[in-house]
Amino acid sequence: MKRIAVLGMPNTGKSTFFNRFTGATASVGNWAGMTVDLMMATLKIGEVTADVIDLPGIYDLRGFSEDEMVVQRFLESTPLHLIIIILNTVQIDRQLSLALQIKRLQIPAILLLNMADEAPKFGVKVNAEKIAQHLEMPVISMSAKYGNQYGKGYDAAIDAIAQTLHQQEHPICVRNISDCAIDDRQLATELDAILQDAVHISTQHSNTLTTRLDRFLLHPILGLPLFFAAMYLMFQVVYTLGTPLQAFLSFGLDWIKVAALEPVFTPFPSFLKGFLIGGLYDGIGTVVAFIPVILLFFFCMAIVEDSGYLARSAFLMDAFMERLGLDGRSFVMSLMGFGCNVPAIMGTRVMRSPGLRMLSMLVIPFSLCSARLNVFIFMTTALFTPQVAPGVLFSLYLFSFAAALVTALLFKGQFPNHDPLVLELPPYRFPTIKQIFVRAWVEVKHFLRWSNQFIIAGVVIIWLLNHLPMDVPPASKQTLSGMIGQAVQPLLQPLGINSQLAIALIFGFVAKEVVLGGLAVIYGASNDAGLGGAIAHQIDWVQAYSFMLFTLLYIPCLSTIAVLKRESKSAKFATLAVVWSIALAWITSFLFYQGARLLGF
Amino acid sequence: MSVSHSHLAALKPGHIAIIASLNLSPQFHQRLLALGFRQGRQVTMLRRSAFAGPIHVRIGTTEVMLRRRDAQNVNVTLVRR
Repeated sequence: MKRIAVLGMPNTGKSTFFNRFTGATASVGNWAGMTVDLMMATLKIGEVTADVIDLPGIYDLRGFSEDEMVVQRFLESTPLHLIIIILNTVQIDRQLSLALQIKRLQIPAILLLNMADEAPKFGVKVNAEKIAQHLEMPVISMSAKYGNQYGKGYDAAIDAIAQTLHQQEHPICVRNISDCAIDDRQLATELDAILQDAVHISTQHSNTLTTRLDRFLLHPILGLPLFFAAMYLMFQVVYTLGTPLQAFLSFGLDWIKVAALEPVFTPFPSFLKGFLIGGLYDGIGTVVAFIPVILLFFFCMAIVEDSGYLARSAFLMDAFMERLGLDGRSFVMSLMGFGCNVPAIMGTRVMRSPGLRMLSMLVIPFSLCSARLNVFIFMTTALFTPQVAPGVLFSLYLFSFAAALVTALLFKGQFPNHDPLVLELPPYRFPTIKQIFVRAWVEVKHFLRWSNQFIIAGVVIIWLLNHLPMDVPPASKQTLSGMIGQAVQPLLQPLGINSQLAIALIFGFVAKEVVLGGLAVIYGASNDAGLGGAIAHQIDWVQAYSFMLFTLLYIPCLSTIAVLKRESKSAKFATLAVVWSIALAWITSFLFYQGARLLGF
Repeated sequence: MSVSHSHLAALKPGHIAIIASLNLSPQFHQRLLALGFRQGRQVTMLRRSAFAGPIHVRIGTTEVMLRRRDAQNVNVTLVRR
């Protein structure tokens, strides 16, 4: 087995190449001694089988950023047969420095000049053979986006990779990167020599499509409204298409349950049957129901990200978000969280600074997602007059914003973001349909693999809590969850939340969709109208609003916790997110409930 | 054509300048170097965002945004208004 590393600067289409090269068969693997996951795939190239590892995009081999240190540690600990270097042809004037640094490592390398299709537009002409002479490695112009539909470059690249790999018998490991380092002055001299000899850049490219688009999209006055319009559009696309799909999917799952599973399991003891269907099957259903939204979300994210607009959003929102210790991209993700927190948290991956990313992940769960909206719409209609209800709903959105703001301000010291913000604003481009699909599919695959066990275990535990011991009515005061409901009364009574509502909150840990179902079980009403009446009979509006505030602020659902833990790779951080949100929920509900009672409501 | 010394954050949209020196932390210096910010290179100010937000510049074929307070440490010589 031979080993290849793919290395390149950010925004060079490195992942596009990696996906095309490996046929999107890659999976995230934990590499020994690495704290981060690297994408890797095993494939047959010519007659040789090889592991291909996608390293994070870096600017400088000697750098100090998290990604750069990952690459250094990887190179110093992993013997390699070949390094594939990916650079952007258009930006060759500066990116060649990375190839010059890699040349010093004495590991066989191939330089792929990607995005060759864009070079003529920017007046960049490159003589690959001459560069190859300077660098003493094969240099090939190609387009990872269009593959063999663009010239012969891609096929030539694969041939060169196969040939070098075939010739290289033994892997080579770098002992110490700093021994191979080259100082800035010498780097600049060598770079200039190659540029003089092999590269021609015309200066007449200033009126490209990108320049013209930016005049509108980054306009000092028009820029922000256009940005909000674009976000609103994306939000609408994801959730107007996603919600019916989600409903369709759960309808299908219910149908299977009623038509197939229940008859099959009829002979089983009712406890076991309940466990398998109500616990396990419904648990899997909870996970599966997220797929359409995640898929659609990442369709849109692929477009926003690959088009270059995401970096522009940072430009537009940075002045405001910087004061909160965040940046423009955090804002985009928080907005997305108003649909569903799970993909929004996954979306923070585009941020490279860990502090920034953690703070963003702490803030996103306060975005009022569509699941919570269902609960609020139901409760506001049941307890408020039609004139007041929309205002009540709107006030919950305000609380959602305020909670995010307060959290960012309180925790920005804990998650310092020292990275000075410097972001490339790449030219606008549109990804191919295939790129969009591959991206979304890879995300869905990861979500299923990592979240499955966690969520299903959670659902099963909640089901057991509600059904044990076996000889009492489900979800009644005598069950384990009922006892917990009683036990937490001293904590929740000051918020006006009675033990029945407390059990619903426990249900809500799984998913907010379950809160309504939970209330229905507890109040013993099967339809919405009956349930509304039953609740209105038992609690007043102050209690209801306090309950809604708590529901809004405490951790959204098990899926969110699972994703928080997976993305932060820290159980401590996930715990902090849970504890802080519950604390904030308690304090807010307490202040509201006691305040309202004091005022005589 | 007048020649004057200034820093990157002070340029107005459309101004073209030559980088004179970079007065930054080693980490940030290295990052800007990799993005093409070298002594003697030409940089064009494209726009400045509202509310004292970041600036948008072009250097070679690369366009970059950076925060104003970071850009203040990039000294430039103005060559064209």
